[in-house]
Amino acid sequence: MMTIPSDLKYTKSHEWVKQEADGSVTVGITHHAQDLLGDMVFVENPTAGRHLAASEECAVVESVKAASDVYAPIAGTVTASNEAVESSPEAINQDAYAAWMFKMKPDNAADLNGLLDAGAYQKLVESEAH
Amino acid sequence: MLKQTPLNATHREMGAKMVDFGGWDMPLHYGSQIEEHHKVRRDAGMFDVSHMLAVDLKGADVRGFLRGLLANNVDKVQLPGKALYSCMLNERGGVIDDLIVYFMREDWFRMVVNAGTAEKDLAWMNAQCTSGGHAVEITPRRDLAIIAVQGPNARAKMWEAMPGSQEVSENLKPFQATEIGAMFVGRTGYTGEDGFEIMVPVKAAPFLWKSLAEQGVAPIGLGARDTLRLEAGMNLYGQDMDEETSPLEAGLAWTVDLDSLRDFVGKAALKAQTLKRQMVGLLLVDKGVLRSHQKVVSAHGDGEIKSGSFSPTLNRSIALASVPLGVQLGDLVQVEIRDKLLSAKVVKYPFVRNGKSLIN
Repeated sequence: MMTIPSDLKYTKSHEWVKQEADGSVTVGITHHAQDLLGDMVFVENPTAGRHLAASEECAVVESVKAASDVYAPIAGTVTASNEAVESSPEAINQDAYAAWMFKMKPDNAADLNGLLDAGAYQKLVESEAH
Repeated sequence: MLKQTPLNATHREMGAKMVDFGGWDMPLHYGSQIEEHHKVRRDAGMFDVSHMLAVDLKGADVRGFLRGLLANNVDKVQLPGKALYSCMLNERGGVIDDLIVYFMREDWFRMVVNAGTAEKDLAWMNAQCTSGGHAVEITPRRDLAIIAVQGPNARAKMWEAMPGSQEVSENLKPFQATEIGAMFVGRTGYTGEDGFEIMVPVKAAPFLWKSLAEQGVAPIGLGARDTLRLEAGMNLYGQDMDEETSPLEAGLAWTVDLDSLRDFVGKAALKAQTLKRQMVGLLLVDKGVLRSHQKVVSAHGDGEIKSGSFSPTLNRSIALASVPLGVQLGDLVQVEIRDKLLSAKVVKYPFVRNGKSLIN
């Protein structure tokens, strides 16, 4: 399914995680998450250098309708924060997988194996629809 | 089982995202809430507000009944079709509901009340009617659908959609209504824009909706309805005021007539009140979004945001907040958002009228 790219990993809290060639990971929220929230108007990312525990609240996205926390998919240190998406939150609505929020260096690369693959995330989305 | 308006299937056909709104299955948006908001400010949009209830009050003594029932003075409306916005209060001066009442004839007034309060309102009105010994027949009109067409081009597009309607409705003044056959057209709304609120028999609603769509009137969901009314500085029942709130502290003093000799339910309580709070507009200076129930910290004590959201027209966050009386226009206050204190400026509202920002 187009809205759940097969090359990404996912969390139960609707973040997507992309494994980069240099060992870092890029994080954003899924198409499904932005669809639930509606028009985005505010994004606050964690700053570079901050260490995050797995599942720690680390960012906020707000739509006209509601505020929603974004959680660290795995433990690691933030290496970059996307200022473009903070100044243009609507980029998440336009393409949730291009509008990344932050990058992090995992404490332990093996932690990625604990995340959902596209198929498992698809099932999660479907189960939440009922 | 959620209640449905006569346009339920039409909303789904048009791609609406439906939500449970106080027990009603209603459209939240049809794609983008912000685009819908702009469409109303810049062109024309339509809202299905058939969950709201029209109530006909008929009989020789209707005006007398309403004099005692409503906080605003129904004697202000003398021109046929003229509408009045009013609160209906309990004995403690709390707001049972806010409503619009249209004076049609001396023996016929039509009221429109909120969806969530409709049953309570009917029970209250019937009880007041009986205890006051008024000969008034109170008839809920669930057989009518209500469609609001709002925006600078709303009236022109309505006239295109309904041939023959222009002659009858073009001379309506703001806050005035008339009947066109089985249709009831009022120049009222909840957006701060020009336009009409139209009542038609339930069976005719999908046809009217589709005819308006053919003229380029965009369907608008409840999401944009809320940001439009907030920009226009209009209270939302249940959020900005309720049975525990005095209209005098909720920004509705202009709708309460304490001057005339007339008595009404809640008047004595309001007269005896010592006011402590006031409703003000807030403009968030820092980045973020103001939301209902956030705490407001001021030099005069704490307050609370009643309605807060993002304003698409101003491209920043705005709110209606209940704050202590000492707070002045132009003051900077702090709003607690996720354990941080962000700065907000106290401003006069409405924030937006007829497509234009009123904030300097």
